[in-house]
Amino acid sequence: MSIQNLISAKAELTDGGLPAEPIVLSTRIRLARNLNAHLFPGRASNDEARATYSDCVSALEKLDALKQSYILNISQMENLSRQVLVERRLISRELTEAGEGAGVVISRNQHLSVMINEEDHLRLQVVRSGFNFRKTWAEINAVDSELENHLDYAFSHDFGYLTACPTNLGTGMRASAMLHLPGLVMGEHMEKVVRMVNQLGLAVRGCFGEGSEATGSIFQISNQQTLGEGEDAIINRLINILHAIIEQEHNAREVLLEQKTATVFDKIGRAYGVLTHAHMLSSEEAMAWLSLMRLAVDFGMLPDDSRSLIDRLMMETQPGHIQYAAHSEIEPEKRDVTRARVIREHLRALPDLNFDIRKSEKN
Amino acid sequence: MAKPKKCQHCDKPATIHLTQIVNNTVHKVDLCEDCSFKHNVTDPEAFSLADFLIQPEGMHKLENAPDNCPSCGFKPSDFKKTGRFGCPDCYETFREMIQPMLGNMHKDVVHRGKVPEKALERVGVQRRVDEMERELQDAISEENYEEAARLRDALRDLRERVEAAAKAE
Repeated sequence: MSIQNLISAKAELTDGGLPAEPIVLSTRIRLARNLNAHLFPGRASNDEARATYSDCVSALEKLDALKQSYILNISQMENLSRQVLVERRLISRELTEAGEGAGVVISRNQHLSVMINEEDHLRLQVVRSGFNFRKTWAEINAVDSELENHLDYAFSHDFGYLTACPTNLGTGMRASAMLHLPGLVMGEHMEKVVRMVNQLGLAVRGCFGEGSEATGSIFQISNQQTLGEGEDAIINRLINILHAIIEQEHNAREVLLEQKTATVFDKIGRAYGVLTHAHMLSSEEAMAWLSLMRLAVDFGMLPDDSRSLIDRLMMETQPGHIQYAAHSEIEPEKRDVTRARVIREHLRALPDLNFDIRKSEKN
Repeated sequence: MAKPKKCQHCDKPATIHLTQIVNNTVHKVDLCEDCSFKHNVTDPEAFSLADFLIQPEGMHKLENAPDNCPSCGFKPSDFKKTGRFGCPDCYETFREMIQPMLGNMHKDVVHRGKVPEKALERVGVQRRVDEMERELQDAISEENYEEAARLRDALRDLRERVEAAAKAE
């Protein structure tokens, strides 16, 4: 099963809306749904999982939003393709380990993906670039309501949507934003922010969700509670807290520019130098430097439209993408050479860094 | 004088009383010295009241819960192992056991979000159709043709309405 068309097409995460925004990379909402009178995937037999898969696929094919979609049977797919889908955030790592009946249906425009037989029978997700909760919720809510016409959801009036894990019970909704917070990381405020956010009932994770590292100062912030509040209330609370964090990030960046000008300029200058000249880059190293390049764009040191290029490099220089492009699984050292070459080639077109930003800000 | 509270984990008298406010909800835990030491209560970095409230209390209730879910055979010990349930019916089967756990995990224990109206209506209508079909069979076998004719017409109307609604979407 080839995913070449999907990769060649523009991804929402990197080409969703031009120009890409500072700080907020993307908005994501996912809904967990299950079918009535079916065992949850973790307990279903292979036969039952396969039956669930075909029931879900035939229901999903009827949706307008999934006309001409990519329908992928994950259990029959090669490892590298799966890894690419994880890196593009179209499926979770857990789905790649799910076995029989695991699949995903991805809309043509790649906004919407529906995982089948992950932890729950259905995991609907909509991802939009930038800070876009209203649009994202409207989109996923409409898809969910349309899907109701074709599938009997497991639902109880007092517990809401019934999910395999009680942490998702009720709305089954996890709303999150991916934030680029180099100011707070460099200013060493992140620990405080994480503590505050946790106290307010939200979770802070690395960019690949549960248990992942926050490489490149990218954090995913999401609601933790799903029961006892309506979707709008959950989203509004999340939006308010995100606004506060974004403001903190702006402040931290201001302070860095004012008080540690040389340090910040030096870091950004080095990032530019390394990325345009290095011949070997590990994915962690590339992420760290690219993160600083994104900051440089936010500071006005590089043209605004280079942000999308940087976002695309962040995605396409991950291990799975590098190997997929090379058509084979290659060892890390060779990957590092390829990665450095890809980045050099793409950044060749960039102008020099403009360190004279205070002046240009005034006009 | 009031009897001293017992530790939530063993029967020793509780000497440590913790209160934590999360999302405007007050959570209280009473522990004896041994149990508090065992769970790192004295180390604020490592200790989360939430873990305390969710796990031991939930686990405690597990022992009094039904043996297994009639729909999927799922046992409370399976939940202890995986943190997940076996099927949607488990929520009804183990209602008593999970309610306190949900209270600690979420804002409230009652759903206030979206309701799948269309799916529920479809299930409701289907149930009515099944019921009327049974009544129709009964009426025929009882040779109550007047009633049978009435039921037949009512069923036809109901089916037409369902089809019209499906087409409208």
